Amino acid sequence: MIEKVLGGQTETFHELIRPYERSVYMMTLSLLRNEAEAEDAAQETFIKAYRALGRFRAEARFSTWLISIALNEARARLRRKQPALTDSIDDTSEGSVTPAQLTDWREIPSASLERQEVRTLIRRALAELPLAYREVFVLRELEERNVQETADALGITIASVKMRLHRARLMLQKQLAPQLKSVVPTSRRRFPWF
Amino acid sequence: MVLNCRHVWDYISGYLDNTLDAQTRADVEKHLEHCEICSAVLDSTRNILILTADDRVFELPVGYSERLHARLAQAMLEIPLDEPESSA
Repeated sequence: MIEKVLGGQTETFHELIRPYERSVYMMTLSLLRNEAEAEDAAQETFIKAYRALGRFRAEARFSTWLISIALNEARARLRRKQPALTDSIDDTSEGSVTPAQLTDWREIPSASLERQEVRTLIRRALAELPLAYREVFVLRELEERNVQETADALGITIASVKMRLHRARLMLQKQLAPQLKSVVPTSRRRFPWF
Repeated sequence: MVLNCRHVWDYISGYLDNTLDAQTRADVEKHLEHCEICSAVLDSTRNILILTADDRVFELPVGYSERLHARLAQAMLEIPLDEPESSA
């Protein structure tokens, strides 16, 4: 399809990007935390991708390339809003994250999600993750990218992807488990894997 | 090797992703058998991952796709494609 677009059948670009509409929006939303701006950034991402399509290298996955453009677009917008955006992370200096040590929240996820309150808590907790952790979490957990793709998209090492993902998971557990315990009735059954 | 709780927390992601070596996994499981706290941490972490991955948490805005393709169509009329690089 890329060759067709480059060959002049530009309408094919619409079909080319359809599978990635959600991924790009998720990425911009996770960084910008504002739906209207995320949508605008997603649109800009695809326009930039169209303009730069001739420079796409087939050795990269098209999806990874698109995500990289989306990341750059969202980060540029963040920098404009917060010129001193730091959010930098020293992968080796930070200590480990201590999880919430609750023993009484084991609600069934599918039942919990029916509640809008739970969805709101999850979105808020994700939005509050430090940027570097949020990026990795979105790519790995929401977009189900593998470790290598995530590392490629973010320009970091595989070890950093694993470390940041682990911390992001425990940060979310630490924040969400106590809150979910309070909004979800105490579990009536244990999970089958234990 | 006997693991304490803090060690097990460090292995939670590896355990969930099934990337621990066999011995470490066995040590973690041995700890989980008798530690209610760590098994709850594992359960709740896994549950939160299931919850966050659900499409209902982040729904696309109504009309997103239509607006995207409309803007794209307009842009494609106005913007020429970059020339492919000669080394391609």
